[in-house]
Amino acid sequence: MGLEEKTGNMGVVTTTLETVVNWSRTNSMWPLLFGLACCAIEMMGAQASNYDLSRFGMELNRASPRQSDLMIVAGRVSRKMAPVLRQLYDQMPDPKWVLAMGDCASCGGVFNNYAIVQGVDEVVPVDVYVSGCPPRPEGLIHGILTLHEKVKKEKITHWA
Amino acid sequence: MTNIREVTVDELRHLVSDRAMTGETMLLNMGPQHPSTHGVLRLLLELDGEIVVNCIPDIGFLHTGVEKNMEAKTYQKAEVMTDRLDYMNSVGNNLVYCLAVEKLVGLDVPVRAQVLRVILTELQRISSHLLWLGTSCLDLAAMSVFLYAMREREMILGVMEMVSGQRMMTTYIRPGGVWRDVPPEFVPAVQEIVNVMPGRIAEYESMLTQNMLFTERTQGIGVISAEDCARYGLSGPVIRGAGVAFDLRKARPYSGYEQYDFEVPTYDTGDIFGRYMVRMEEMRQSVRIVRQALSRLPAGPVLSDNRKFVPPPRSEIGVSMEALIHHFKLWTEGFNAPRESVFATTESPRGILGVFLEGDGGPKPYRVHYVTPSFVNLQSMPLLTRQHFVADVVGIIGSIDIVLGDADR
Repeated sequence: MGLEEKTGNMGVVTTTLETVVNWSRTNSMWPLLFGLACCAIEMMGAQASNYDLSRFGMELNRASPRQSDLMIVAGRVSRKMAPVLRQLYDQMPDPKWVLAMGDCASCGGVFNNYAIVQGVDEVVPVDVYVSGCPPRPEGLIHGILTLHEKVKKEKITHWA
Repeated sequence: MTNIREVTVDELRHLVSDRAMTGETMLLNMGPQHPSTHGVLRLLLELDGEIVVNCIPDIGFLHTGVEKNMEAKTYQKAEVMTDRLDYMNSVGNNLVYCLAVEKLVGLDVPVRAQVLRVILTELQRISSHLLWLGTSCLDLAAMSVFLYAMREREMILGVMEMVSGQRMMTTYIRPGGVWRDVPPEFVPAVQEIVNVMPGRIAEYESMLTQNMLFTERTQGIGVISAEDCARYGLSGPVIRGAGVAFDLRKARPYSGYEQYDFEVPTYDTGDIFGRYMVRMEEMRQSVRIVRQALSRLPAGPVLSDNRKFVPPPRSEIGVSMEALIHHFKLWTEGFNAPRESVFATTESPRGILGVFLEGDGGPKPYRVHYVTPSFVNLQSMPLLTRQHFVADVVGIIGSIDIVLGDADR
């Protein structure tokens, strides 16, 4: 029919730059190794043998914010921790995403008090919220896959 | 929100040695975002080359205000907050809180509930030690142990979910007993864990105990003597690793621990390796306790029938006016506790966990204070790390098994 059929025969696939870049970003998203509280234990559980997050190309947690794309805020953020969190976010290179894992990171959870930031979106922009206290590893994986869907829809014009 | 401020050496004069002032030694910041600080601990290290001269822990990055929040809730509702203190020992946190409440209002716990409490706290101890094993070996660059340990931990979390509906934050133990009876699948599931665990513990030991790479990093590192343990007021595997056979389950039994046959393991080196050996043996002893508890699990109620403090079962509410009134009163107002103060202690996987509870005659606690082992054990960091390499600091943090939620509260 058209060009696609011809190129297919030659072992060539045509696509857009946008799709390729987004596809590669979703399949090698490196999270920042950054555990705060209880949710961090479930985050470890998601990476361990039973749930095996590496199926989605995400087993490589980087301890340095300079090498990571995704910040999983796993746990409650105290007022003392909030500036540190923001600095870590600022140190991450673009493009970067934030996943608020658990109720505390999403909205403060059960801790409506003087010490806890009522949702990490007061400090950094959040892409995906995962509910639960703490969320099950399946919940976290679902949140990450939702983020992947979001990343796949990103437009080249928004990269800037 | 305050921004991060640059701190000059001058401001730290009272914390560091004089050599730091002249620039002879270097100040290195470690954390709060560091993969091996087991949470959000910040350490300020004063280094002479690669040797640690001084180590200053900075805590509070996870201060949650749990104790203050609990004052605004009734006794039953405040218990939900206790899970989130030491999130690796949430069942134990519930237990110590419930022991304090029961002491305050004078509640009796049925035998079946006591045995269930013992089973669950011991399973929690195993799961906490497994996570300690996994993460602290990860710090020492032994990746595979983590994957093995998490595999067994999932089995225990499965049991927690079976009884309470939640994997980690169970709130299953309630004042006066436990929430509800265990499902029929509970006993076979625990039986399987008990059968599987001894072999698995032997598997971990076969990977580590004789392993040169492991022993080189652990033997003779972070040594503490029994006298220093007493001076610092440490507890848990840290002191047992230094040869002090002190365990509250033996010294001051609660929940019927005096009826179980188990040993308090000790090791006399006081280094990281000693703490490792103690924790491995503790897992075996916990398996032993669970096995005994399963064999003597009696039938009967799991919740006290004192209706002034314990809500009636749903089956009673439909047929008894009195039960309906009790249910309504307990879940709207809560129960009043006397104007007294109590202190209850348990042995958590990390050491002595105590709760101080003061009532003011009303339905809400006047003051709740948790005395937590992580906070106390963290004090030993300067002593343990002195004159060791920076690389060993990582192993030492892992070996005292701190949970920052427990230390900062």
